[in-house]
Amino acid sequence: MSTTAARPGAGVVQVTGELIATRRVGAYHHLTFVAPGLAEHARPGQFVAVAVGGPTSANLLRRCFSIHRVSPSGTYGGTVDVVVAAHGPGTQWLTDLRAHDEVDIVGPLGRPFPLPKEPVPTILVGGGYGSAPLFWLAETLRERGCRVEMVLGAATESRLFGVVEARRCADGVTVTTDDGSLGHRGWVSDVLPELIRSTGAGVVYACGPMGMLRSVTEVATAEGAVAQVAVEESMACGVGVCMTCVMPVRGNDGVTRMVRSCVEGPIFRGDRVRWESFENGYCTVPADALGAPKEGGH
Amino acid sequence: MGVFGSTRLTALGSRSQTETVRHGHSVADAADDAAVRGAEPAPAVDMSVDLAGAVLPSPMMTASGCAANGKELHRFFDVTELGAFVTKSVMAEPRSGRGTPRMAETPSGMLNSIGLQGPGIRAFVENDLPWLKQAGARAMVSIAGSTSGEFADVAAILRASEAFDAVVGVEVNISCPNVANRGLVFACDPHASAKVVALVREQLPRDIPIFAKLTPDVTDIVTIAQAAVKAGADGLTMINTLLGMVIDTDLLRPQLGGVTGGLSGPAVRPVAVRAIWQVRAAMLQGRLPFVPIVGVGGVRTGRDALELVAAGASAVQVGTATFNDPTAPVRVGRELRDLLQDKGFARFTDVVGIAHERVG
Repeated sequence: MSTTAARPGAGVVQVTGELIATRRVGAYHHLTFVAPGLAEHARPGQFVAVAVGGPTSANLLRRCFSIHRVSPSGTYGGTVDVVVAAHGPGTQWLTDLRAHDEVDIVGPLGRPFPLPKEPVPTILVGGGYGSAPLFWLAETLRERGCRVEMVLGAATESRLFGVVEARRCADGVTVTTDDGSLGHRGWVSDVLPELIRSTGAGVVYACGPMGMLRSVTEVATAEGAVAQVAVEESMACGVGVCMTCVMPVRGNDGVTRMVRSCVEGPIFRGDRVRWESFENGYCTVPADALGAPKEGGH
Repeated sequence: MGVFGSTRLTALGSRSQTETVRHGHSVADAADDAAVRGAEPAPAVDMSVDLAGAVLPSPMMTASGCAANGKELHRFFDVTELGAFVTKSVMAEPRSGRGTPRMAETPSGMLNSIGLQGPGIRAFVENDLPWLKQAGARAMVSIAGSTSGEFADVAAILRASEAFDAVVGVEVNISCPNVANRGLVFACDPHASAKVVALVREQLPRDIPIFAKLTPDVTDIVTIAQAAVKAGADGLTMINTLLGMVIDTDLLRPQLGGVTGGLSGPAVRPVAVRAIWQVRAAMLQGRLPFVPIVGVGGVRTGRDALELVAAGASAVQVGTATFNDPTAPVRVGRELRDLLQDKGFARFTDVVGIAHERVG
């Protein structure tokens, strides 16, 4: 176990993390790593970038996961928990790890969820295992006196994450599944308007697929609430140097820029994201974005 | 040290001679040193290099476009540990770059299609360069353009900037599309390459070396290297990425938004070693003056770096490996130093191009 890089004051560490627990949770894997120095800096909404396949791996790009939980001290020292869905060679490698295997972890990265200054009612929306960072956020919000409602949605029951945990750390929980295998049949956006109205929520936090984040933003905006969304863009580095995880976001000055979701995000105000640019798996650069391609492209 | 700096203005013949003498001498030295040392710990290896007048304490650099402009990696290591910090290619105006997906993972590498996203040279000299200066970094500024005139304009604004004294060299990224020639990249055409280099050379003071960054996607890289050096390039950086493409087999369409992209990572290292070898060999044959080669392409470890150096590189950039390990540019430097020490070399420069003397 070693901290291989941590410049004083950087607020981030690169550590060799030992896996101490791995268990299946529905369609996902919940992994706990010993990661000295990481937990102390972490806030809900931040993420870790994990190298996969060992030092000679042919899969060079780091896999990024939002932090499910951290524990600054315990039997093993500081730990970090992430939730992984095995859908490619890198995530498969991670879910095949056994206890005491070691993984290179960089974190915490990105900006955390902004917390309200006043104890306003809040709603936390998680799509699939996008709910992973929300339980820690719920506890943090409740410590500040905020009422917390959670909405967990997925295609089917096995793809929900944390329903039991949600009941423990939220004031109320609503579950939706596309196929009706648990909770309401339908989407999270079906139940959201009424929930915002009945709770008087001022902030809706959401984490999950882009389409869901867009509809949560639309519903929240229509109901007069602020949406804070954690985006899932694919990243190569997670630390701000590869420029692959960009998306069009309007700044305080009203100008749209292609910003890096790893350093400027992953949390954005939903009404600042140019959702109309995302279509069919592509994101195009809005014509009014700073430095957008002229006629004929770059 | 000083081999390139002290000989680059002399006649071609004497340059070759200097090179030969240097290598003959150093190998014998290393052997003697090893014999005398016995069980004593080996002395520290002198890692300093003189790249056409840019004297650097280390041959290690970031690779343009793989390290942003300094702040991000300074969280993981002190950027002054590098010989030079190579910035992301900057053009005249701000550029959004392309849409996404911009990236695809490939075996031991990746494909990228960023589209030269950047703040534009004015914002660069106002924000990024002063940051590098206050951090104490030696900046190698990478510049790009859609026309040869744009390269010159960018160089002129750079030269006039307040923090220009932090600049130890300029890398001319001629591997970008030339709008005046139907988008063919400058570095695929010797005349276009020469024109850009000549215009940039005019804009910069003589004591700032310029390095032309070459693409391996050409029939004969030596021809391009010759044109660039003849036009005034003080050194050559090679290689840029190779053009590639990935098909998403679920959607049966190109995976990148930009359709094609640049292939990088350990998968391309043998191509870099080959390109460096060919250009170095041409120098040894007198077909090209001796200028320093900055090696880049697929370096992940000190051993990888040593391959490029032995083929002829006087400095080494670490690019895609930084995505895997943010400390890679300095880690590779330490590994390279330890490797040279284990092999009994006293000076990094003694190993530059050494493989050419050892061919069967």
